[in-house]
Amino acid sequence: MTLGEIKKSLLAAAWFMFLTFPIMVIKVNTIQKTVEWHWERLLYVAVGGFVFSFLWRYFLRRKQGGRRPAAPVETDEPEAVPAFQRLIHDRRFAMPALVVLGLFVLVFPYLFSMYQVNIMTTALIYVVTGLGLNVVVGVAGLLHLGYAAFYAVGAYTYALLNLHFGVSFWLALPIGAALGSVFAVILGFPVLRLRGDYLAIVTLGFGEIIRLVLENWNDFSYGPSGIANIPRPKFFWFDFSLEQSAVFIYFLMLAMVLLTVFVTNRLKDSRIGRAWIALREDEVACQAMGIDIARTKLSAFVMGSAWAGMAGVVFAAKTTFINPASFTLWESIVILCIVVLGGMGSILGVILGALVLILLPEYLRAFSEYRMLIFGVVLVVMMVFRPGGILSEVRRTYLFKEGLSKDGSLS
Amino acid sequence: MLKLAGVKTYYGNIQALKGIDIEISQGEIITLIGANGAGKSTTLMSICGIVPPRSGSITFEGRPIHDMKPNDIVRLGICQVPEGRRIFPFLTVIENLDMGSFLRNDKADVKRDLDYVLTLFPILAERRNQAGGTLSGGEQQMLAISRALMARPRLLLLDEPSLGLAPLVVRQIFAIIRKINQEQKTTIFLVEQNANLALKAAHRGYVMENGRITLADLTVNLLANEAVRKAYLGI
Repeated sequence: MTLGEIKKSLLAAAWFMFLTFPIMVIKVNTIQKTVEWHWERLLYVAVGGFVFSFLWRYFLRRKQGGRRPAAPVETDEPEAVPAFQRLIHDRRFAMPALVVLGLFVLVFPYLFSMYQVNIMTTALIYVVTGLGLNVVVGVAGLLHLGYAAFYAVGAYTYALLNLHFGVSFWLALPIGAALGSVFAVILGFPVLRLRGDYLAIVTLGFGEIIRLVLENWNDFSYGPSGIANIPRPKFFWFDFSLEQSAVFIYFLMLAMVLLTVFVTNRLKDSRIGRAWIALREDEVACQAMGIDIARTKLSAFVMGSAWAGMAGVVFAAKTTFINPASFTLWESIVILCIVVLGGMGSILGVILGALVLILLPEYLRAFSEYRMLIFGVVLVVMMVFRPGGILSEVRRTYLFKEGLSKDGSLS
Repeated sequence: MLKLAGVKTYYGNIQALKGIDIEISQGEIITLIGANGAGKSTTLMSICGIVPPRSGSITFEGRPIHDMKPNDIVRLGICQVPEGRRIFPFLTVIENLDMGSFLRNDKADVKRDLDYVLTLFPILAERRNQAGGTLSGGEQQMLAISRALMARPRLLLLDEPSLGLAPLVVRQIFAIIRKINQEQKTTIFLVEQNANLALKAAHRGYVMENGRITLADLTVNLLANEAVRKAYLGI
């Protein structure tokens, strides 16, 4: 702890005092036309700012210091893997943990209240959308800011088809996925030649267009008032009570998460998955290697959107009421945050990210006024200290030892 | 084998190639030399279809390829080592090589080619599980060439393999280029700024200026040519 550090923190505290002075100290009472001065708050800001700045610097320094290896060690391992991640990939630890976790999620709805089951189901829906977006953003590296639009496509598919034609949930599920894909192709063809920022803006625009259409085309989507009384899913012809239905949707989502994990995991190791990863790294090199970048991008886009469509159908069935307000830009941002915070490209990371980002605000309802503030702080702190996300992607790599090739071994 | 006739390529409104003719026969090493901005890289980009020409024709083994998509052109057996190497920085060396054989399905042959490039560049075998971005410039260039070889091209396009490398490494890479040409019978089209080395390695050469081919001859003659010596060899 050098004197310089303390000086810098003091400076930061002074700066904070200056910045927050107008809102923290001066309070104008417009009715009595008086000004109240809360000088004591300035002190809180000063102490808080100092401590915050000091801790911030301390952790930043530790982070940078920790990354520097003591001596270059000759190893065959590509990169040093953090202890926690090594633990996950250690079979002796991972298998029992998986069994315990599996039992827990199976008995979860019978241990906890309806409320808990419902928010867990919501979180699972976000896990699926997060994993879907992970294919687009995390694996293929296409920044997509209109993901909620495809979610909306799925939800409205079920709501409208059911309203007009009485289509059942189970039939709507694949139709939702298919329509999500169709919309992805419609959007994808013209815009996928764009890169990075430009693609982000166009997808953002597309997302808003879908929402605005749903909001304003009253004859089609019933406008802002939305569609109510969407039936919950049935199991064959078996009707559930409200509570049973919540439990059923919970298990349904659980199955969907497993399916999504299985499919996306397989995809990542497939030929198209490798093309996606290569695309994320260098487009020109991809072209030189004979990868059809238009088709590769489109396939990532379609793949991600199909999951959004399916999740949308479940969302509509779970809430039994949808309106365009559920599919705002904010929704897309939250899903994107899940992917980035969880760890781009990492399936386990995205699952953790979804649980944290969706469950945290729920449990923080007690501090409802500061909820978004805490949410924001968590995001900023995470990105500064762990830019790779909660669990950064540990890619499966080919390990070659003495000419013998061994595919798929974890490094 | 490859024939460019009156190829004109534009970037937007800017004309980069003002009608160029190049002919490459089977088994040759051809070099294209010229100053910065002469249009050398654009020529390669046009051949690969990444920046397709607006007029003129490019034929590969009698087949017009100027309106084909880049991935189909690679499938025909033309592979490019792009300028500035452009390896995949977060993929390991082996994975980079694996991307080279993206279009191939013959697993056994791919394995044989992998062994071949690893004997060609033993350093890559040592670094096989390392991320591409952590390699030195020379190693990255070797990786880029190897990756292109993994596509088993009949025509290999090399864009400035000497860019930013130490003279010793450059000489090593040029030796390998000649070796690939002799052992694999791969036809090589080499775009270079380092005219001296390129002309010594190649059989025939083209000189390019402002989007036009100004000279075409055997490299022996080009090396003796007064204008070339003055402009490109600094003698």
